[in-house]
Amino acid sequence: MTKKRIRIKDISKPSPKLTELRKEDFKPLPAPFDTPESTPDFAPLSDKAREQYEASLDDTLAVSIPKPQSKEEEDELVAKFLSGLEKLFTKENNWTFLQPLLLSMDHCAACHTCSDACHIYEASGRNPVYRPAYRSEVFRRLYKKHVKSNGRLLQAWRDGEIELNWTTVARLAELAYRCNLCRRCAQTCPIGVDNGLIAHEIRKLFSQEMGIAAKELHESGSVLQLKVGSSTGMNDTVVKDNIEFIDEEVSEKTGLTIETPWDKEGADILLVHNAGEILSWPMNPGAFAVIFESAGVSWTMSSDLAGYDSVNYGVWYDDAQFARVAIKHAEIAKKLKVKKIVLGECGHAHKALTVIADRVLTGDLNVPRESAFVILDELLSSGRLKVDPDRNDFPVTLHDPCNVVRLMGIVEPQRRVLRKIAPRFREMTPHGVHNYCCGGGSGFAIMSGHNFSDWRAQIAGRKKVEQILNAFKDELDPSIKKYVCAPCSNCKGQLRDLFNYYDLWEKHSILYDGLVELIVNCMTNVEPGFIEWEMH
Amino acid sequence: MPGSILLAIAYACAAVFVASIAFRALKIARLPLHLRWELYPVAHEKGRAGYGGSYLEESDWWTKPRATSLLGELKVMIPEILLLAGVWEHNRRHWFRTFPFHFGLYVLAGLIGLLLLGGITEAAGLSVAPEASLVGMALYHLTYLVGYLGLGLALLGTLALLARRTFDPDYREYTKPADFFNLAFFAVAFVAALLTHALVDPDFQHLRTFFTQLVTFDFASAGTVPWLTGLEVALGSVLLAYVPLTHMSHFFTKWFMYHDVRWSDEPNLAGGKIERQVAAALNYPVSWSAPHIRGDGKKTWAEVATSDVEENEQ
Repeated sequence: MTKKRIRIKDISKPSPKLTELRKEDFKPLPAPFDTPESTPDFAPLSDKAREQYEASLDDTLAVSIPKPQSKEEEDELVAKFLSGLEKLFTKENNWTFLQPLLLSMDHCAACHTCSDACHIYEASGRNPVYRPAYRSEVFRRLYKKHVKSNGRLLQAWRDGEIELNWTTVARLAELAYRCNLCRRCAQTCPIGVDNGLIAHEIRKLFSQEMGIAAKELHESGSVLQLKVGSSTGMNDTVVKDNIEFIDEEVSEKTGLTIETPWDKEGADILLVHNAGEILSWPMNPGAFAVIFESAGVSWTMSSDLAGYDSVNYGVWYDDAQFARVAIKHAEIAKKLKVKKIVLGECGHAHKALTVIADRVLTGDLNVPRESAFVILDELLSSGRLKVDPDRNDFPVTLHDPCNVVRLMGIVEPQRRVLRKIAPRFREMTPHGVHNYCCGGGSGFAIMSGHNFSDWRAQIAGRKKVEQILNAFKDELDPSIKKYVCAPCSNCKGQLRDLFNYYDLWEKHSILYDGLVELIVNCMTNVEPGFIEWEMH
Repeated sequence: MPGSILLAIAYACAAVFVASIAFRALKIARLPLHLRWELYPVAHEKGRAGYGGSYLEESDWWTKPRATSLLGELKVMIPEILLLAGVWEHNRRHWFRTFPFHFGLYVLAGLIGLLLLGGITEAAGLSVAPEASLVGMALYHLTYLVGYLGLGLALLGTLALLARRTFDPDYREYTKPADFFNLAFFAVAFVAALLTHALVDPDFQHLRTFFTQLVTFDFASAGTVPWLTGLEVALGSVLLAYVPLTHMSHFFTKWFMYHDVRWSDEPNLAGGKIERQVAAALNYPVSWSAPHIRGDGKKTWAEVATSDVEENEQ
C-alpha cells in the first residue's frame, strides 16, 4: 500500500497530483528482475507536459487535455460534463449500455473483491487510485448526486460525498484511461458489478459529449480509418503494394507461390487483418496466405475503405465511431457476397465485429462472422494442413487475448492447434478465461505519448511479464529460444514494448509472435525456418 | 402492544416489499435491449461452461442449434446464492464475515416459512407443540431451532461486517453513513429478536400466534402482544420493506446482472426478436454534442452510424 491515504473525495481537491508513482512501491517481479535496480527507472513526466496539460492525477498522461485558460472555460467544461452525464443515463442516447450501466451503478456492495483481480492495482503496489472501485465510486457519487437524486435530502448521507468541479472532471478523464477494460474485476464480482464497463462509459461520455478522447484512438485512430481506410494511414494502393511485397517474401521463404486474392466476389471467406500486422508483423498476413492457399480455402481480402483493417477502436471509447466502422465492415462483406467474415489475429476486432456489433447489424448486413482460430483448428484437425511438430521443438506458452477469451469464450480452438504443433507448449498461470491482460488492452498498446509507455511497461504490463517469466522459469537460460504465442496485434504491440523495456530477448531469448507463424513453421509443404529468431 | 396495529404494520410492510420488488424488476426489465456484453464462463454453455467456452468456438455456428443447459446454470447459481461461492473463491477473508450474514438471512427466510406453515396449521385447528402430531411436533421444534440459528448467524455476520467497515480503513472509506445505518438496523432487529425469545418467547409460540392471525386476517382476536414481541415484529417488518429500497436489492437484481448481462449471449438471427428490438433502438434520436456526432435530438442512431465523421463536423 502506498503510504499516503487517498480518499474518494480527494479527487475534487486541487493539488499538483492526486497520487505519486514510486518504483519502490511496485510489485516486485520474479528473478532476475526482483530488485528495483534491476528494472529501468520510471521516466518522469516532463515539466512542459505538466504545464500544458491536465496532469494532476498521477505521474503520466494518456488523454492530455489542454489546461483551460480561465475559470469560465473550466466552468463551461464542467457544464458539458454534466450534460453528458445526464445523457448517459437516457435510453435515447445510451440504449447501447443503459441496462448494464444502471445495474452497476446501483448495486455495488463495496466488498473490494474486485481489487485483487486487477493487475494494474496489484502491480502499482495497491495504489488506492488504481483500485477498480475508486473510479467507479467517484462516478457513482456524481451520478447519484447530479442525475438520480439531484440534491435530495439525505443524498450525501446515503450515497457519499463528492464535489463536481474541473479538478474532478479532468482527473476522471485520465482515470478512465488507467483501466485496460479487461473485465477481470467484473468476473470476480459476486454481484455482477462491472468496473470495466463504468470506465468504458466514462470514456464515452467524454468522447461523445465533450469531444475528448485519446488522440491515438480517435483522431489518428477511428477518424483516420474512416477517412483513409486504415488507422495505419495506408490507403488501398499502399496496402496492395505491401501485401504484394509480403506475398513475394513468403513465397521466397516457403518455396510456394503465394498470391493474395483481392476483392474476389463470391469467395467463401473475407479475411480481415488488423492492418498493423501488415506493417509491423508482415509474416502474419503472409502466414495466413500460406495456410489458406495450402489448404485450398476460397478466400479474399478487400481493398475497400476499412475493408483491409479490422480494427475498431470505437469499441473502447465511442459508440458512434464503433458503429460506423462495424457497418463499413459488414457492407463490404455484403458487397463481395462472401459466406462469412473471418477475423485475423486481432482480439478487439474479434469482439467488436462478432459480439458487440451483433446488436447493430440487421438485415443483410448481418453477415456471419467467425474467428480465425476456429478455421485454423478445423484445417489442422481435418488434415488439410500437414505438419511436423518437431520443427517447433522449443518452449512455447500462450498469451490469451482478453477480448477473444474472457469476452467471447473462444478458448479451446487455439489450444487444440498448439497441442498439435508445439510439443513443448505450457500454459501460463492463470490462463484461459482467467488470464491477465497484457497491459495493452483498450487501446493502450498504441498509446505512447509523454511517458505513457513507461506506465504501460512498469504497471499495466508488469503482471504479464511476471507470468511469462514464470512460464519459462526453468528455461530462462538465453541458450534456449522460447516463444510467447500472442495471437492478437495489440497484445503483440504491448509485448514488443515490454520485451524491449525489460530486454527479454537479449537476456533470456524470449520472443513473441502469432499463432499462424508457428503453424507455418511446422508445415511439411514449406521450407523449414519460417520463424526468424530475432526481435521485431 | 395492540396486536391489530402490529398486523397492520406487517401487512403494509409486506405490501411495500412485494410492490417495490415488482416495480424495480419491471423497471429494469423494460430497459431497452443493450449491446452484447457477456463475460465468460457463461454457465448455460452446454459442455463448455467448465472451461469458459462458447458456441463461437464452433465452425459456422449460425447454422447449428445452440446447446444450452439449465442444469449448468443451476450448478453455478445454487452455490453462488446459497454459499456465496464467488466471495469464497476471490475474497476469502470477507467470506467469513459476509457468509454468516447472508446465510443467516436465508435461514430467517426459512423461519418465516415455518411460521407461516405453523400459522396455517394452527388456523386449521391442529396443534403445533411438543406433544402434537408428527407435523405439529416437527414444526414446533424446527421453528425455534431455525430461528435461533438464523438470528445467531445473521447477528454474528452483521457485527463482523460492521467491525470490518469501522476498523479497516479500505472498507471504511467506501462505506457511507447509510451503510452503517443499514448494518446497525439489522443488528438492532436481530438483538431485539434474540432478547424477545430469550426473555418472553423461548419456543416462538407468541410469534406463531401472530402469524396465525396474520394468515387468517384475524384482527378481532389480535389482542395485546408482549411489547418485546411487538418490537421484534415491527422491526422485522420495517426491515423487510426497507431492504428492496436500497442497494441491498441486489438479492433480486443479481438475477438481471447475470441473465441479462453476464450470460446474455443470444445471437441476433435474421427475422428474430432481437433484430426487431435493434431496429427500433436504431431509430432513437441522438443528442450527443461532440463534433463527430452533433446530435440535434432529431437525427437517429441509424443516421449517425451511416454518416461520415466529416459530414457531422461541418
